[in-house]
Amino acid sequence: MKRQANVRIKTLKIDGIDVGAREGETILELARENGIHIPTLCHLDGVSDWGGCRLCLIEIKGSNRLVPACMAQAEEGMEVFTKTPRLVTYRKMILDLLLSERNHVCAVCVSNGHCDLQSMAQELGNTHVGLPYLNPSLPVDATHPYFIMDHNRCILCQRCVRVCREIEGAQTKGAMGRGIEVRIIHDLNEPWGQSLTCTSCGKCVQVCPTGALLQRGKAVGEMVKRRDFLPYLQMMRED
Amino acid sequence: MHERFDEITQKELADNRAAQHVVKVCVAAGCLSSQSAEVKTALEQGVNGRSCKVKGVGCLGLCSEGPLVAIEKHLPDGSSQNIMYQNVTPEDAPAIMESLDKEPVARLLCPTDVPFFQRQQKIVLENSGEIDPERIEEYIAADGYRALITAVTEMAPFEVIEQITRSGLRGRGGGGYPTGLKWVTVAKAPGPDKFVICNADEGDPGAFMDRAVLESDPHRVLEGMAIAAYATGANEGYIYVRGEYPLAIARLKTAIRQAQRMGLLGSNIAGTTFSFNINIRLGAGAFVCGEETALIASIEGRRGQPRPRPPYPAEYGLWGKPTLINNVETFANVPTIIRKGGDWYASIGTAKSKGTKVFALAGSIVNTGLIEVPMGTSLRDIVYEIGGGLPNGGVCKAVQTGGPSGGCIPASYFDTPVDYESLKELGSIMGSGGMIVMDESASMVDVARFFMEFCMTESCGKCVPCRVGTVHMYNILSKIYQGEGTPRDVELLEKLCDMVSVTSLCGLGQSAPNPVVSTLRYFRHEYDELIAGANGSQTAVAPTTEVAS
Amino acid sequence: MSEKVKLATVWLDGCSGCHMSFLDMDERLLELAEKADLVYSPLVDPKTFPEMVDVVLIEGAVSSEEDYEKIKKVRAHSKVLVSLGDCAVTANVPGMRNPFKVQDVYNRAYIENADYNQHIPVQVIPPLRKTSVPVHNVVKVDVFVPGCPPSADLIFYVLSELVDGRIPNVSGMTRFGA
Repeated sequence: MKRQANVRIKTLKIDGIDVGAREGETILELARENGIHIPTLCHLDGVSDWGGCRLCLIEIKGSNRLVPACMAQAEEGMEVFTKTPRLVTYRKMILDLLLSERNHVCAVCVSNGHCDLQSMAQELGNTHVGLPYLNPSLPVDATHPYFIMDHNRCILCQRCVRVCREIEGAQTKGAMGRGIEVRIIHDLNEPWGQSLTCTSCGKCVQVCPTGALLQRGKAVGEMVKRRDFLPYLQMMRED
Repeated sequence: MHERFDEITQKELADNRAAQHVVKVCVAAGCLSSQSAEVKTALEQGVNGRSCKVKGVGCLGLCSEGPLVAIEKHLPDGSSQNIMYQNVTPEDAPAIMESLDKEPVARLLCPTDVPFFQRQQKIVLENSGEIDPERIEEYIAADGYRALITAVTEMAPFEVIEQITRSGLRGRGGGGYPTGLKWVTVAKAPGPDKFVICNADEGDPGAFMDRAVLESDPHRVLEGMAIAAYATGANEGYIYVRGEYPLAIARLKTAIRQAQRMGLLGSNIAGTTFSFNINIRLGAGAFVCGEETALIASIEGRRGQPRPRPPYPAEYGLWGKPTLINNVETFANVPTIIRKGGDWYASIGTAKSKGTKVFALAGSIVNTGLIEVPMGTSLRDIVYEIGGGLPNGGVCKAVQTGGPSGGCIPASYFDTPVDYESLKELGSIMGSGGMIVMDESASMVDVARFFMEFCMTESCGKCVPCRVGTVHMYNILSKIYQGEGTPRDVELLEKLCDMVSVTSLCGLGQSAPNPVVSTLRYFRHEYDELIAGANGSQTAVAPTTEVAS
Repeated sequence: MSEKVKLATVWLDGCSGCHMSFLDMDERLLELAEKADLVYSPLVDPKTFPEMVDVVLIEGAVSSEEDYEKIKKVRAHSKVLVSLGDCAVTANVPGMRNPFKVQDVYNRAYIENADYNQHIPVQVIPPLRKTSVPVHNVVKVDVFVPGCPPSADLIFYVLSELVDGRIPNVSGMTRFGA
């Protein structure tokens, strides 16, 4: 009887498929292992989870609350659903909110064709935005010698903030303001080029899902990001 | 310890009886803002050798008529007589002092035989307006800290929790989660380090219950926290109080210092092995920091943003340790429950909501102020009896409860007893206890818009539905209110309400649509009329063109 | 033989790239012509919009008062309205002026960037509306075809479906900015 308390493997169901999870594994990790795709924009392998984009919301049998798959831990006997009609509807609406929030003009964006937001719209079948555009007036910070931050394309996923803090350890990037006024800032809201803490490592640029962070000199569609270094870095550090 | 308390109590009583008159001036924020400090000084100057003691006390309740002055006259037979003055100015002081041995000053008299005073039942506010909040001796003389001493010297932690569980006390911050259950969870959580946090980040528009408690009777909260710490095994406490409450902060600091000096906080409380310290942390004005995980982040020095739960703070809270978070009013109930027993407390209120609740009455109502009534009192009694109805005999249209997370309850439901379940059924919530009374002139669309604007500007911006959804909802409400709405806008508004409430990360976003949902539920016609007006202007044009062609 | 489907195309605030892509259907235009008549378009002669058109492709965002009047009228005389291309679907490049004030846009275009004859026209050029918006913000749209521009293949697929009386599903076949 005592042995049962030490069972570390949990068995559960995702979309009707039986799966086995390690202790502490999230539903998102588990789903990916088993070839079940759950959309997300703020999750990034190699850094901590944020739970802000709400695209990976899932339903768990017996609970009427939706939880983000990236932060929900697998429990014994759970029955998880990732593609119920209402989840699909909410995801499309959330994406509409993101597309209406700032000025995402794919046709003239450096990341056209290599953008997570753009492909998410395609994946979820958002052929148009059902909400009026908010058309905010936002600056572009081009003070850094190598990189540019275009707030018009930012979706506030905070991947850059997390990679800067957790992997590079510079803590240059942060967020300020409330609600719709939240902005990604450098140090104490200084121009990026004047940041004393930025190491110009460029990790933030590579992890940015959209064209908000880019390398100087890139034209439309030229900004291709590399993400493979992150899990690798993390793995090497663990060893 | 009890002997020492007896001594203090005897001395306090003797001091009190020594003066023939005790003049109690409200020095809580409401009355202070209308010059009660000056009134107190003027009264003190007018003592002039009379057998009279002037002291500052906490909130007397009827804030709209402040400054309030209560006078306790000791009669030779040992009984006492009480009168109250309202709207007192410093210039009135000489007249009041002159009249002490004669007839009261009629023009200033505040009738106390009215429902506002008679219908209340005070537990949390029992010392408000009675004791000087800046003197621990007065709190002790009013049976203060006895519950703590009893708990730590005579009761095991689980016995304390049992009393709280039996009392049926539920979280007064808004959620209504059973307090006993929360305490058990923290008590059972493993690990040597645990924390107790008092949430004093009261931010709902129109709510001022917690401020009054902190300003009027700060020791009650400290005692409640200490008892909670003993019961759950914590030895460090934090009070997270908003920076906008300078007086509450000052009085808390004084109270903590006094309690430490008396050995009621600190190491080895009452000679036992139980140690407990309380620190104050100031909020910087963010509403979202009232959400427990955001509050913890703020105490830890990080940006005040919530995180998904579970894990709940009871398991993984401040600095990753098991943490008990309760609201000011919840803690303020604890000493009385321990002193009088859980069963006593459970005898008050309704089947599922026990005890009393403090409400802040505001808006279009005669008696603006603070009241404490048993759970289950009807809204009609609160508004028309205790609240004295609307000014100039106005007709009440609705009461907004629960602040930006709550809803509007129309007058037709005023006979509903106020408790957690019934308010929820009506599409509102108990919330922290703010009640805003609205008369016939209030536009419910505008009310919804006001609260949506509040949520929009107070969203932390972490999750998409709350950050962007509230902006779209606000824009649609503005459009409708300005007479430019279409039926499609209402449709979209309803969809957004559902989506934002279901998909948002924390309580702020999840409840942000409530004011819209409840006004749509009860006052749909107001939306429709504004939209019909908008379309009406367009259809009015059509016939003219037809005639012209 | 049943009557041919009436097809129209409308050019609002766009670069005409979507119309170019339409023409890029090349010989497949003949295939379509067997089933549909192009009754109104910048590419054909008629100057008045017919009483009722079966399928109407809209290129461009609604930016000026003229666009606004035109799309309202077109909608009233169309059965199936198709937003063709990013400008019609998202306001795209025309919408990039939206964060700015209309007056600033005029100044930029007609004063600051003009070498000769610097003045803001008051005749002939229709006045701009406050913002450039997607077509579906003004009238009901039945089919959305994003893309900048949508490829000739995609337009052919969409039209083939529509002339056969089916509503095409383009999700997965194109994207914003494609």
